[in-house]
Amino acid sequence: MKEATNLNEERRELLKAGALVAGSTLAPGVLLIGVAQARAPEEPASDRVRWGMVIDVNKCADGCNACVTACNEENGLSGATGPQDAQWIRKLHIRNLSTGVEISLPMLCQHCEHPPCVDVCPTGASMKRADGIVLVDRHTCIGCRYCMMACPYKARSFVHEPLTDQNPEVPRGKGCVESCTFCVQKVDRGENTTACVEACNAAGHKAMIFGDLKDPNSEIAQILKHHKTTEVRADLGLNTGVRYQGI
Amino acid sequence: MNGTSYALGVGEDKSALFWTLLALGGLVLLGTLYAFFTLEHHGHALTGMDNQIVWGLPHVFAVFLIVAASGVLNVASIGSVFGKKVYKARAPLSGLLALAMMVGGLAVLVLDLGRPERLTVALTHYNFKSIFALNMIFYNGFFAIVGLYLLTLMDRKLSPWSKPLGILAFLWRLALTTATGSIFGFIVARAGFNSALYAPMFILYSFTYGMAVFMVVQSIMYKWNDIQVDARILAKMKNLLAIFIAASLYFTAVLHLTNLYYAKQWEFERFILLEGGVYTWMFWAGQVLLGGVLPLILLFSPLARHPATVFVAALLVILGGHCQMYVTIIGGQAFPLDLFPGWAESSSFYDGQIHPYTPTIWELLLGLGGIAIAFLITTVAVRVLGFLPQDDLKALEPELKAG
Ligand code: SF4
Repeated sequence: MKEATNLNEERRELLKAGALVAGSTLAPGVLLIGVAQARAPEEPASDRVRWGMVIDVNKCADGCNACVTACNEENGLSGATGPQDAQWIRKLHIRNLSTGVEISLPMLCQHCEHPPCVDVCPTGASMKRADGIVLVDRHTCIGCRYCMMACPYKARSFVHEPLTDQNPEVPRGKGCVESCTFCVQKVDRGENTTACVEACNAAGHKAMIFGDLKDPNSEIAQILKHHKTTEVRADLGLNTGVRYQGI
Repeated sequence: MNGTSYALGVGEDKSALFWTLLALGGLVLLGTLYAFFTLEHHGHALTGMDNQIVWGLPHVFAVFLIVAASGVLNVASIGSVFGKKVYKARAPLSGLLALAMMVGGLAVLVLDLGRPERLTVALTHYNFKSIFALNMIFYNGFFAIVGLYLLTLMDRKLSPWSKPLGILAFLWRLALTTATGSIFGFIVARAGFNSALYAPMFILYSFTYGMAVFMVVQSIMYKWNDIQVDARILAKMKNLLAIFIAASLYFTAVLHLTNLYYAKQWEFERFILLEGGVYTWMFWAGQVLLGGVLPLILLFSPLARHPATVFVAALLVILGGHCQMYVTIIGGQAFPLDLFPGWAESSSFYDGQIHPYTPTIWELLLGLGGIAIAFLITTVAVRVLGFLPQDDLKALEPELKAG
């Protein structure tokens, strides 16, 4: 594990030096599975945990929008989809240009181990918690939007208008940037799940699994160990916390 | 500078014109402030910027000013670092313009923030890994160094310090422009920005734009004071400008050719160079033709003997520079991110499609504010203090003869 981490650090440095790094050569999942300890719900965020998600695109139904609706509800987003409206999770439709195969999948903040948004943020408002969740600190974000320029997944939104009717648990505000928080309010309550995952399960698709990547006994760690999963834009070497199965 | 130096309009009956200029600049600035408070109240919803085009017209103006600011200092550097007297006489004006444009450019960036009232946060919470924050440090240093350097140029007692400070300003300036270019180079995910060539290219652009701004301002000041610039000095400066233009064009070509070489960037290049609509126009007609080829032709034509021709060429370079910034900053965002190379993408969040952008009056007002600020600072300083470049032609004789 140690070696793998170092390797990854090194790749990161190479990337920063402007060199192009060829696709990830390490077996998927190897980097993620760490020491076998999950935290108790009442403890603060700890680096013994790394929250992550696996999405099985074969189970994700084309036309189903349950995860998106649940996210909007949980986090107090309007659900409008104009060019200036915030979208924390979206259904992405992709079609292979050579084979024509079509896939539908949810796209959200990938909670990278090496998030470019955190690297570029001038004030440190974009940050990664010890447990791997990438967040924006509402009180230090100055709304420069550099993080949006830097994010490879287009996962961030800028709040263009004054907001009303907010969920008190999820403070948002005009002039700040925001994105998926892995439902940090639920995680910190010890629920250890997210609104989108719950909704996907409730809809009977069970395409999304949330869990602790560092706990080898967790369902998510087992999937990563036994199945081939993909990082989106693996060539960037960001070691994402969200993995896709079946692409 | 000597005590009897010309300050703009002093002792002549041009007061009225001076005040008119100030009023004009002030009026634009008022418009900027109005835009600022309106956006502060209603949010960026009023602008054409959105979650796809996150940096818009204000950034085009701001980055141009910042890049040109560091380039205009070149004139002073050639004077103090390389000991050329022609340029030494121009060092104070060059330092002044650098400060004025830097203030203008940074002001626009601040006015466009989603949370401008948190400027103190930006100044006290540094994320040292961020190239943006690093830029902040460079900019602050820039003010300090150029300010001190200006003092050494204006006060005889301090003049022994002018050379070391000049060298420091030169090096600092190079670092600063590299850092500004890196703001874009560090954006690894976007096809348009991910090139190590950005930093050196921005240094060249800054030389070109800075020189052009300097020559425009100098022409206006001479005209104002009814002074004829020595033909040989003009020839020297226009040749330098031409070299910078040619080098910028060359670098632009290299950037696009390297991008074409990497198969992944093909689509992006096809967008900018062929199918990008307004961006393709801005690139070929604005950046390349108006801002590069045409000024080069003008500067090498027999017409270049006339100061007016050189003036027009320099203005064109400035225009082309704004087109370049538009293509780089906005064109780079209009082209969609490719999350899954080899797949066509679509979503409610506008994945996989070219993002349209129509700037509004608010963005324009914010952007013009930067120019207004730089203009006001320059106009006032030039009137109150002696910044007019004056050449002691006798002392210059050997340098001019040597070519
Ligand atoms: S918009 Fe906010 S979170 Fe994003 S880089 Fe700027 S200060 Fe940081």
